[in-house]
Order: sequence, then structure tokens, then C-alpha cells
Amino acid sequence: MTDAATDCEPIISIRGLRKTYHVGEVDVHALRGVDLDVQPGEFVSVVGPSGSGKSTLFHIVGGLTHPTSGIIRIAGRDLFGMSDAERTDLRKTTVGFVFQKYNLLPTLTARENIEIARDIAHKEGPLPPQFLDILKLLGIEGRLDHKPRALSGGEQQRVAIARAIVNQPAILLADEPTGNLDTENSNAVLALLRDLNGRLGQTILMITHNPEAAGYGHRIVRMRDGHIE
Amino acid sequence: MTNKLVFENLRHRPVRTLIGIVVIAIQVTLILTLVGLKEGVMSDQANRNRGVGADIMVRPPSSSIISMSGGMPTGIAKRIDQQPDVKLSTGVLQQGTDLFNYVTGLDLSQFDKLSGGFHFLSGGPFQHPDDVIIDEFYARQHKYHVGDTIMLLNRPWRVSGIYEPGMLTRVVVPLQTLQDLTANTGKVSMIYVKLDDPSKTDQVVSQLRQVLKDYRIYSMEEFTSLYSVSNVPMLQGFIWVVIGLGVVVGFLAILLSMYTAVLERTREIGVLKALGASPAYILNILLREAALIAVIGAVLGILFSYVTRFLIHNVVPASLIQAIVPEWWPIAGAIAVVGALLGALGPGLKAARQDAIEALAYD
Repeated sequence: MTDAATDCEPIISIRGLRKTYHVGEVDVHALRGVDLDVQPGEFVSVVGPSGSGKSTLFHIVGGLTHPTSGIIRIAGRDLFGMSDAERTDLRKTTVGFVFQKYNLLPTLTARENIEIARDIAHKEGPLPPQFLDILKLLGIEGRLDHKPRALSGGEQQRVAIARAIVNQPAILLADEPTGNLDTENSNAVLALLRDLNGRLGQTILMITHNPEAAGYGHRIVRMRDGHIE
Repeated sequence: MTNKLVFENLRHRPVRTLIGIVVIAIQVTLILTLVGLKEGVMSDQANRNRGVGADIMVRPPSSSIISMSGGMPTGIAKRIDQQPDVKLSTGVLQQGTDLFNYVTGLDLSQFDKLSGGFHFLSGGPFQHPDDVIIDEFYARQHKYHVGDTIMLLNRPWRVSGIYEPGMLTRVVVPLQTLQDLTANTGKVSMIYVKLDDPSKTDQVVSQLRQVLKDYRIYSMEEFTSLYSVSNVPMLQGFIWVVIGLGVVVGFLAILLSMYTAVLERTREIGVLKALGASPAYILNILLREAALIAVIGAVLGILFSYVTRFLIHNVVPASLIQAIVPEWWPIAGAIAVVGALLGALGPGLKAARQDAIEALAYD
């Protein structure tokens, strides 16, 4: 990340973010006033124990759920007042997800898994030529016509990364992207994320339990009991 | 890409998909077979009446299109014969034997003059009062041959001849024997009239209506046109009930199939939502799946209707005639598709409204 980048308006700006889940008659305070700024092109690792609110933060930033209160702006858009349709649009255009369990559609090939993301974003036609370079970088250009069951965990995760960035979202959200991988594949995926961040200037917010994985980011944010430490 | 996903989803669970297709096919077959039977039986009746070669038909007062009971004196035929332009007339008596069949009693010599006679494939006309002649379909269905003794109306008859189908009826006995046997001595249930000049049919019909007040007098063209389902209200209602049941069965089959599909693919639905798929996109996928199952099922159902026709024609050729009614293909197909879409709507909306986070956490 360049110094210039740090001077820009944050691509993720969070102030006093709270989220309370109602579980039966019990209120669970998952986030208790989170403040966080992430600059464009920054690679931020979010670490913390289970129940610290990492995943809730991930879901709110990704537009998967509403915050209870606070201010949150993603790429200049106020997330708090967004309707369901606007949050759907945010996921389509501004954020991409990488999950721990890869979450590829099992009935489609790797290529089709990537193309479905383009289809959802109303982008017609085959993958653009410049994206083929990224597929080479990810090392999956020769595995595109295989279904997920024929791919290794590392390959599936790299396909998931390709799917997450094919529509050039401003932010890539990765939830434990190496949680299901062995060390070799974990290192490869993390190196790829850092490489993509460097080459494409992709803002990355990565949740992880693994301190070693967290070290791949520019900055580590630690969460505990719904707060950022 | 959406179509590819739809196709692959269906291919991914072949047994479930096949069951959905077969249920829809059965639904469509049911509709087409029923409609085919209605059309087939009605047009067969009409064709057999046309085959008589008469120009006018006279029936008793208060009779209906499906009534077969006796009811008018044979002397009516003599009055008809006295009318200008009438060449000859002959009365027949019909007596039902079961739901689909009836025995016709007629004066064979008089009937031959009117119709040109039966074309016998084996044997020949009655020789005795207890003789019966049958058409080829009836003989084939019951495996009867000339010389066999058959039971009709609780008494034995000897088969004296087997004739080519398409003439009036399937089972014919001497008129007087049937009249005596059914306590209709001196009565007939209809009279066929042949004219010197068929172009004068309308004129003679008007004449006869003056002479035979209250009697049902039709030109054969008019009479055969009455063989339609709209003139048999109960049958019309029955058809709609069966179609309704078909829609319900198709609806439930797809509802169940799509409901299990949505449950099974909960996580995938969450993934699509995370990728930015709108509720409409998710609903669209499931509706397309249901529509594809319904369309394939409908095509298969049309093919099955040929199978049912083959079976009916070979197992009960004398009882039921199933026509192929292509005009009903799009109707049956539309019923199947609409039923399937309605069945998929509930599970589809459930999927579309699924919370993305819960869906992604689903195992």
C-alpha cells in the first residue's frame, strides 16, 4: 500500500457500529461499538477469538445483514440506510466474498462458477482476456473445466477467489480463507491474496484465527467481545 | 448461464428429476387420454350412425342423445314411408348391456335396403331368431368366432357373422327377438329414414316435424353433430374434475420436489445471495427448473397418450375408442406448466427470502 493511499478517504469507514441479535428472549450483543477505517488498497487482517464479533463485522461490511446502530460507509455508500435491494446491489458490484468452505456450486465447473458471478452482475459473454492472466496467476487456468469435486481444496479456494474478484469489486472479504487448507495450500492462497492486493490494488479484509495468516496483511485488527482492541 | 445452472441442477439429482417428469407425464397422459376417449367415443358413435347411410333420424319424444330406451311404435315408420320424397325407413331398438355397449335389434332385410348391408368378414346374416352378428372389434375383444355361443341379456346367442366395423353398432340381433325379450314388442327406439333426394333433407325434416309433433327429428348431419361432450353435461363435469385432480397432483409433485431441492441447496442459495443474486434471480432459477420438468413431462405425456391408445385399441377395441387430439396438447402442456410453476412458487419464494447468513451456515 502506498502512502498516497493512506491519505484517501477510507473505502470502509465504521463508527460506533453495534449489532444485537435477538435469540429467543435473549439479546446477544455481537458488536458493541466498533470503529474502523480501511484505506483503498489496504490488506487488513481481523483476528480474535470465537465470539469476538469478527464474523458479524464481516457480514455487515458485506451487506449480508443490517447493523443495529452506528455509521458504516462502504465505498462512499451509507450502508445503514440501505434497503435489501441496495445491499444486494452492493454485493453484486462492490464486495466479493471468499469463504472458509470455498462454497463453489457443485453442479457447475470451475469456469461456470466464475461465470455465474458475472451472470448475476449482468455481464455477458466469456471471461475477459485480462482476467485470463489472473487465472494464470491463480494457477487454475488448466482446471477450469473441472467440477469442484475434481479439484483439490487449494484449487477450489483459488477458484473461489477468482469468482470473488471477477467483477472487480472494490473490496474482497475473506472469511478464514485458509481454514480448510493444509499449510502448503494456505501459504499459496495467502501469497496469492497479497499478490492480488499488490497487483490490482484490491482492498482486502480477511478474518482469520491464524496469527501467521494474519501476518500477510498490512495491518492486523484485533477484536474481543464485540470491540476492536 | 442461468439455463446451464438450471439444467445442471436437474441433472445433479436424476432420480428426483425423473420422478417429477414422470408425475407430470402421467398428469398429461391422464388429461389427453380422457379427452381422447371422449372425442374417440363420441366420433365413433357419430361415424357409426353416419355409416348407416340414412338422411334423417327420428327419435321418441323426450329422448336424449345418449338415451337408448325404446319408446315409439313401429307403425311410425309406416307413416314416415307415406311422406313425399321418403324412399324408405326402418326402425331399430337398442338395449344397453353394460356401461359402454348395447345390443341393437333390427330388421336386417329392411336395414340392408337402407344402408347397403353389412360387409361380412366371416359368416353371414341371421339364420335363426337367436342368431347374433357382431363387428370385428367386438369379436376381437371377446375372442368370438362364427358359430360360437355368446351370452347377452342373460341368454345364449349363436354368432352367425362377423362384419366390418363402422356400421351403426357392434352387436346386432333380430328386431323382433329383442323386442320380445325386452318387453318392447312393437316398439323401436329410433327410425332411420332414407330420402329419394338427400338435398331435400331439410324440407323433409320440416314436413316430418309437422306430421310427428313432439318427436325428435334430425337430419343425420345435425344428429351426428350432437355427439359432443357439451351435450353430455355429466361427462363434461367429470373431465374437469379429472383435469383438476391432474393439476393438483402435478402441483404437489413439483411442490415436494422443489421443497426438497431448496432444502438441499440452502447453502448454494446463500452463496448466490452473497454473489449479489436478487430474490428474483433465485426464484427465476427454481421456476425455470419446474418449467423444464413440466415441459419434458408434457412431451413424455403426449408420447404416453399414444401408448394408452395402443393399449385401449388392442385390449378393449369394442368398448372404448381413444382419439389423439393434438388441439389438446398445448392445453395439457399449459396445465402441466402452470401447475408446476404454482408448485414451485412456494419453495421458490422460501428460497428467495432465505436469510443469506443462515443459508451460508447451513450444513
